[in-house]
Amino acid sequence: MTTHTTTAAAQAAPCAGARWQGNSVSDIRRRMVDRVATALCWAATALVLLMLFSILFVLVRNGVGGLRWVTFVHVTQPPGQGGGLANAIVGSLIQTGLAVLIGAPVGLLVGIYLAEFTATDGRLINFVRFVSDLLLSAPSILVGLFIYMIVVVPSGHFSGLAGALALSMLVVPVVVRTTEDMLRLVPLAMREAAIALGAPRWRMILFVCLRAAREGVATGILLALARVSGETAPLLFTSLGNMNWSIAPGRPMASLPVTIYQYAGAAYADWTALAWTGALLITAGILMINITVRLGLGRNRK
Amino acid sequence: MERSATSPSALTGAVKGNGDAVFAAIVRCSAALILLGLGGMVAVMAWGARGAFARFGPGFVFDKAWNPVTQHFGAAAPMFGTVITALLAILLAVPLAFGIAVWLTEIASARIAGVIGTLIQLLAAVPSIIFGMWGFAVLVPFMAHYVEPLASHTLGRVPGIGTLFRGAPYGTGFLTGGMILAVMITPFICAVMRDVFLSMPAVLKESAYGLGMTRWEVVRRIILPWSRSSVVGGVMLGLGRALGETMAITFVIGNANHIGWSLFSPGNTIASLIALEFPESAVGSLKFSSLMAAGFLLMLISLGTLVCSRLLLRTKAAGR
Repeated sequence: MTTHTTTAAAQAAPCAGARWQGNSVSDIRRRMVDRVATALCWAATALVLLMLFSILFVLVRNGVGGLRWVTFVHVTQPPGQGGGLANAIVGSLIQTGLAVLIGAPVGLLVGIYLAEFTATDGRLINFVRFVSDLLLSAPSILVGLFIYMIVVVPSGHFSGLAGALALSMLVVPVVVRTTEDMLRLVPLAMREAAIALGAPRWRMILFVCLRAAREGVATGILLALARVSGETAPLLFTSLGNMNWSIAPGRPMASLPVTIYQYAGAAYADWTALAWTGALLITAGILMINITVRLGLGRNRK
Repeated sequence: MERSATSPSALTGAVKGNGDAVFAAIVRCSAALILLGLGGMVAVMAWGARGAFARFGPGFVFDKAWNPVTQHFGAAAPMFGTVITALLAILLAVPLAFGIAVWLTEIASARIAGVIGTLIQLLAAVPSIIFGMWGFAVLVPFMAHYVEPLASHTLGRVPGIGTLFRGAPYGTGFLTGGMILAVMITPFICAVMRDVFLSMPAVLKESAYGLGMTRWEVVRRIILPWSRSSVVGGVMLGLGRALGETMAITFVIGNANHIGWSLFSPGNTIASLIALEFPESAVGSLKFSSLMAAGFLLMLISLGTLVCSRLLLRTKAAGR
């Protein structure tokens, strides 16, 4: 490497035309522009990192005081009575769990469809992929409105199940994306070997391809879980929230994001403190899932 | 694509039986669910909005009033707020995302870039309600005490653009909303830019450096033209996200249904309006229908943006 540069410099130096270190006005201007642009790139990176650390700092500063035993075992209470977040935490776990249970199988099957059926359904597959990508970025509050109209209104009441259904609509496109990508990485030779051994296609797909891609697929499901566990907007009109202990999926159910939303704007100090604690819990959980997944992926790629 | 000659689906099972047919049917039904999901969303919104459109006609889109007392509703103010905050967010986020993407791909060493890139992507994982709370606790006081008084005393006196910077320094409003959205969408835009910068053939950059170009000239004249359509696609993707964002905006927008030309004036967005007013409207009422109509408009705007984004990103992927 070093020898290479020295020879290049030695050849360039006598040549008057190649003024790579020239001192003419235009060359100085070019170097100045380059310096300024580089500095701005550093500044942009530093600014956004500062935002991240500012968010984490504020969360820890305002939320760490509420990390007490009471917060995890007591349900939400009227202001001044020392309530906790137990019902919200359990409600969030139930709803995100149900959402993944409903959404992940559908996402898996659609991912399989997109990756494995290209020869027969090529055109349609491109369209399905397109629609799935649209769903990935569709406004989540409209997903909540949709489930409100087709589940809450006909059934006559808000329910945890409706909340889980709304969240599952956000799980599906994430799982579709990763499943398709991971299945496409499975070598053709493995498929051919399975078929040559006499396996039908569905066995080849489920027990050879999906098995080979299982880590990546699991990663996608985890990321989907992380994404929906912080979603608030789809839950506002579906599971509504509940001040009391409620684990029945057929009834209105509390969840951490909705409780945070209700408490954050409240005028009572103990409610806003609980909102910050809830925010800290949920962010810590989501970031931990993300970091685990990224470290896991990094290890496998090496 | 690359294996079009021997596609995996060209392989047919040796064993006869209807297992494959059943499996194919199940898989196709799941795919139909996706189409039903999005189609159903559009259809249900349109169905719910029929009352408002029947009453107000196409004028609903341009009507500035939102008055539950007189039962007079129009979507112009929240639509204005939605578009303005999203555009402000793009204006702020694109330079940031571009700077970070260049820093990650051209300036930092690979090891450092890996760590910092992961941190930036973690920002994308933070739930939107957290951004809202942070904005309310940190950004709003900062804007109200420092940025807005300073700006209205300096920029506000400049003729012409002065109107943009006048008004009471509440701290909430279009600019604060746009700033929160910018922080949220920067990681998304940055990820798209970084991927396309990294996918560029190294020999193009090396030849440019070899000819004596500075780093900025390589970025400006080689990388940017090569990746233009993908970069625009990434920006549109960020725009789509910004348009539909609810929880972050609702804390800092001020929730006033009016159109103000000052960047500091409180406003509203469609998503925020729905989140606030939907719980107080009875099914079947005109207000309910008007909210659905606003939701339908939001659906059209954001789907339109996302379709453009996907088309731009796809042409690049196909052309590679």
